[in-house]
Amino acid sequence: MLTLTSPVETWAHRWPAGPKLALLALATTGLLLLSAPVLLAGAALATAGLYMTAGRGFARTGARLLWPLWPFVLVVGLWHLWTADLTGGAAILLRMLTAVALANFVTMTTRLSDMLAVFQGLARPLSPLLPPRRLALAFALVIRFIPVMLQRMAQIEASWRARSPRPPRWRVLVPGVLAALDDADRVAEALRARGGAG
Amino acid sequence: MERNLTHIALFAALIAVLGLIPKIDLAAGVPITAQSLGIMLCGTVLGAKRGALAVLLFLALVAAGLPLLSGGRGGIGVFAGPSVGFLIGFPVAAFVTGWLMERTSLSPMVAATAASVIGGIGVLYVFGIIGMSVMLDKTLGEAAFLSAAFLPGDAVKAVIAGLVTQSLSRMRPASLLSRA
Repeated sequence: MLTLTSPVETWAHRWPAGPKLALLALATTGLLLLSAPVLLAGAALATAGLYMTAGRGFARTGARLLWPLWPFVLVVGLWHLWTADLTGGAAILLRMLTAVALANFVTMTTRLSDMLAVFQGLARPLSPLLPPRRLALAFALVIRFIPVMLQRMAQIEASWRARSPRPPRWRVLVPGVLAALDDADRVAEALRARGGAG
Repeated sequence: MERNLTHIALFAALIAVLGLIPKIDLAAGVPITAQSLGIMLCGTVLGAKRGALAVLLFLALVAAGLPLLSGGRGGIGVFAGPSVGFLIGFPVAAFVTGWLMERTSLSPMVAATAASVIGGIGVLYVFGIIGMSVMLDKTLGEAAFLSAAFLPGDAVKAVIAGLVTQSLSRMRPASLLSRA
């Protein structure tokens, strides 16, 4: 499965994940405290500059990751045109886009395994309730079973289409969920046979 | 123990799969993503605790950088965007849905639909609307107005959650862990 980590190696890939996340938390808090549109525009420009230091292709991918926000940009833009509060609207949109872009930058320059290692570290205080090995196993099971379940949903849909001229709709979900429950039972048995989930 | 773990993990995968399937035409001609349906099903099938844990596991993998939210979104960025309230509300919604499901003796269809409406829509929208009002600097009323666009789709999904839960309970009564 594809992750959002950029395959283009940049200088930021070599930074450890923990400090990157800490810096992100600081920067996001700072953004929430800023309210002057000029300062927020400065922050947005600095973030764009940060992306450019990683190269053009990287920056283009980063811009594409912001695309799902367009409905919000449209709605907030129209809203503030209507209320004639353009500086307020600009501040909201600049803050939103910069905060998301900064977070995306960290995601794009950090490998999935490194990020999961940070989460496991953060979960360490919970270890009496949630042993680290069990958490790691849970992550691995989800990642392994997503492609398996996608494929099976496609098979269920195909067998529906082979029998019915009508589109499948929600009915394909029942065998899908049932199969997931069966898989859960079988994987549990297999784990127990191999010494348990730790 | 192992069964709890595998059920939580497999339902986390199910939420992801429901968001990735491009266009299950759930009801006639309404192409809506089924991701929030996955949240509801976690509650109605797994019950409160396991359901909420499955959603948390799913969100952890999203935050870690897997593009598993509907529309292929993911990474920490989604937690900095205007829909963050809905994401925070997801595990709570699954918990409330499951909690209600565990505590009523109504038929699975009625219980699961009602629990999904209360947990998967009511509770979820409270979080989502508060999040949107903070992130976009709007009043709660204005944010509620903006979220109303998703309401018809989510109402359909609550009924589908009821239908799926009812079918599961008929085919295999023991599979409804929320009623175990």
